Amino acid sequence: MHLRAFLLSALRSATSGGRRYHLWMGGLTVIMLAGGYAYLEQANHGLVVTGMNDHVSWGLYISNLAFLVGLAAAAVILVLPAYILKDVDFSQAVLIAEGVAVSALVMCLAFVMANSPGWPWKWWRLAPGVGLLNWPDSMLAWDVILLNGYLVLNLAIPFYILYSHYVGREPLKRKYVPFIYVSVFWAVSIHLVTAFLFSGLTARPFWNSALLGPRFLASAFTAGPAFMILLLGFIRSNSEYPISDSAISKLATVTAVAAQVNLVMLLSELIFEFFTPTHHNISARYLFFGLGEHDALVPWIRTGIALNVTATITLMIHPLRKNPRVLMWACAALFLGIWVEKGIGLVIPGFIPSPLGEIVEYAPTWVELWVTAGIWAMGMFVLTVLVRVALPIELGVLRSPHLEDSQPYRVVRPRSTRTRYPDVRPVRKR
Amino acid sequence: MSDDGNSVTPDGAEDGTVLQKPVDRRGALGMLAAGVAAGAAAASACRPLNAATPEERELRVLEWQEFTQKHYRRMTDAERAETIQRIERLAKIRHDEDVTIATTDAQPGVLFGYAFNISKCKGYRNCIEACINENNLDRASDTQYIRIFEMEDGGINLEEADATYQHEVPAEGHFYLGTQCFQCANPPCVPVCPVGATWQEPDGIVVIDYNWCVGCRACMAACPYWARRFNWAQAEVPLNEVNPNQHYLGNRARKKGVVEKCTFCIHRTRKGQLPACVAACPPGARVFGNLLDPDSEIRWVLANKHLFRLKEELATEPRYWYFSD
Ligand code: SF4
Ligand code: SF4
Repeated sequence: MHLRAFLLSALRSATSGGRRYHLWMGGLTVIMLAGGYAYLEQANHGLVVTGMNDHVSWGLYISNLAFLVGLAAAAVILVLPAYILKDVDFSQAVLIAEGVAVSALVMCLAFVMANSPGWPWKWWRLAPGVGLLNWPDSMLAWDVILLNGYLVLNLAIPFYILYSHYVGREPLKRKYVPFIYVSVFWAVSIHLVTAFLFSGLTARPFWNSALLGPRFLASAFTAGPAFMILLLGFIRSNSEYPISDSAISKLATVTAVAAQVNLVMLLSELIFEFFTPTHHNISARYLFFGLGEHDALVPWIRTGIALNVTATITLMIHPLRKNPRVLMWACAALFLGIWVEKGIGLVIPGFIPSPLGEIVEYAPTWVELWVTAGIWAMGMFVLTVLVRVALPIELGVLRSPHLEDSQPYRVVRPRSTRTRYPDVRPVRKR
Repeated sequence: MSDDGNSVTPDGAEDGTVLQKPVDRRGALGMLAAGVAAGAAAASACRPLNAATPEERELRVLEWQEFTQKHYRRMTDAERAETIQRIERLAKIRHDEDVTIATTDAQPGVLFGYAFNISKCKGYRNCIEACINENNLDRASDTQYIRIFEMEDGGINLEEADATYQHEVPAEGHFYLGTQCFQCANPPCVPVCPVGATWQEPDGIVVIDYNWCVGCRACMAACPYWARRFNWAQAEVPLNEVNPNQHYLGNRARKKGVVEKCTFCIHRTRKGQLPACVAACPPGARVFGNLLDPDSEIRWVLANKHLFRLKEELATEPRYWYFSD
């Protein structure tokens, strides 16, 4: 009876809210519908409706996959300190980080589906038993297993904790902490496996670098916390949910450090590519400078790097990092910059020129852009629902009606005073 | 199956379109609802019930069977025969084609090898033409398995080569080098496939089960010789140009959304014929044969000529050599 009540309350909580909330969800739904229509176009006509071709056979979808795997894995930044090192600042934010991981994983799987034309159910061929999963040979098979497993972990752990709180029980550590350990290793491995999906391909010298895995990690630990800061900042200014200043400032420090490591690795790769000019770095030359009249990616990567560098420098300057408004802008810039650098800038040049030296460029079509937008909207939708359910439970506002005592079981104390961040709007009363 | 929309006939037959509509809408709903295989399976399973004519009903049953068919390598002989019958029947219903599809296995004691004489090739590209006709390659997108690169004398640099030349050949001061799938002994395209839809046969030919491929294109990213092609749309071959002599692993009709590549004309070579490109080359620049037969021409070339292979450093061990006189 608790479970039914839980699901009903969750549904109610996710579907009720103020006008801005409905506008936001409505907007996301419209984008999802448009994306769904574009997906139907693609399913019916085939991938001809995309900009991909025999030369550039992966495009925007796999670019987004590469980026989002990082976002999903970055939840570990909060999970590790919160559950294992018992960091009090992060313990309030960790459920939200897991929500981010879930939504990123949903997007990842959706991009894998979108990348293969036709209806998603043809993936039954991967199913154990009836299908044929080419494991452990295929990195993509690894990726599918790991992504799904990580999704299950990130759904199950928060569910257990939230449900316990909902029915007024203290979650049992011995029941969930082992899974937390698993999920920490899992997070790192999904990421390295995705990096290896690219770097294992000897056919593509642009990816075939041992630095790709570490670079993946560094950029994930930049973009992930940056996104968390944006999200926590938003939640902080729009709800009573307590998020301490030190949680945000710790995250900002993590972001700043990771962003510097990421830039150093990018720089070392650049130096290596350009001071030892071989045929190997022709793709990098295409990416950063263009080859003759072929230079479609140059504006992208330059914008991406400019965003990265500016944001990283901003985060390195203490007074700027401590200013919440500047911090938000820097995080947004970093997030975008890494999306370009590690998405498009990583995947597309791998195909240009082709292994036989032919140059065919790639530009996404409207269908691809809409499908991509639709999947992002879906991810944000999932994230919003998850946060919307988790917060009131954690605040003790949402609890099982079957509970005997009428005293609300407070899990966390709502924020009453604010010390810093004076410029964010005051807490709205529910 | 609506899965890959391969029931849309290339000639745009009206019945195909009409028939497709409810399927798509149902598919769309299913996808929006959850996109789970179970729901889809249920949806597809119900379709035969509301089909109108017996032929439509048959088509739907066949498509359902096609969608759920086993991996080729896991089929028993009886299942194979049934599958072939189904594909032949589908070709008849969908495109009104009478085709024969073989499942000839690799012959014992045979390992295919190929050699290309760069001093004989004059860049005529008859091989490309022959390959298109032989393998029922898509005419609409002008799919080609073979590339002929025109290069300046004095060095082999693919980056400066031109595969799109449009002038009289042979051009002064140039030589020609052809590429296709090299049926690598250590093929990087095989292990990357998440569903094991592509593999190497005992006679060395790397094949694809078009009914099993999910179209992820990992294999295309993995091939260092750009040998794989994707069916971005439904392939179109004019009815009177279809080569009806087909093989399950070779030149039979490909669906939209699957990968294909050169198979050394598996439907011909397993019956002892030469690949179409070898047969079509006017100057005789192409040598093909059984590497395990000491008296074969290919063995003679390997023993007596100076040879090289492309990108040897990748350890792919192509069974495709280049030589000159
Ligand atoms: S040439 Fe490419 S497609 Fe052919 S076997 Fe080698 S790696 Fe595979
Ligand atoms: S495109 Fe097909 S054959 Fe190639 S890796 Fe994917 S499923 Fe396998």
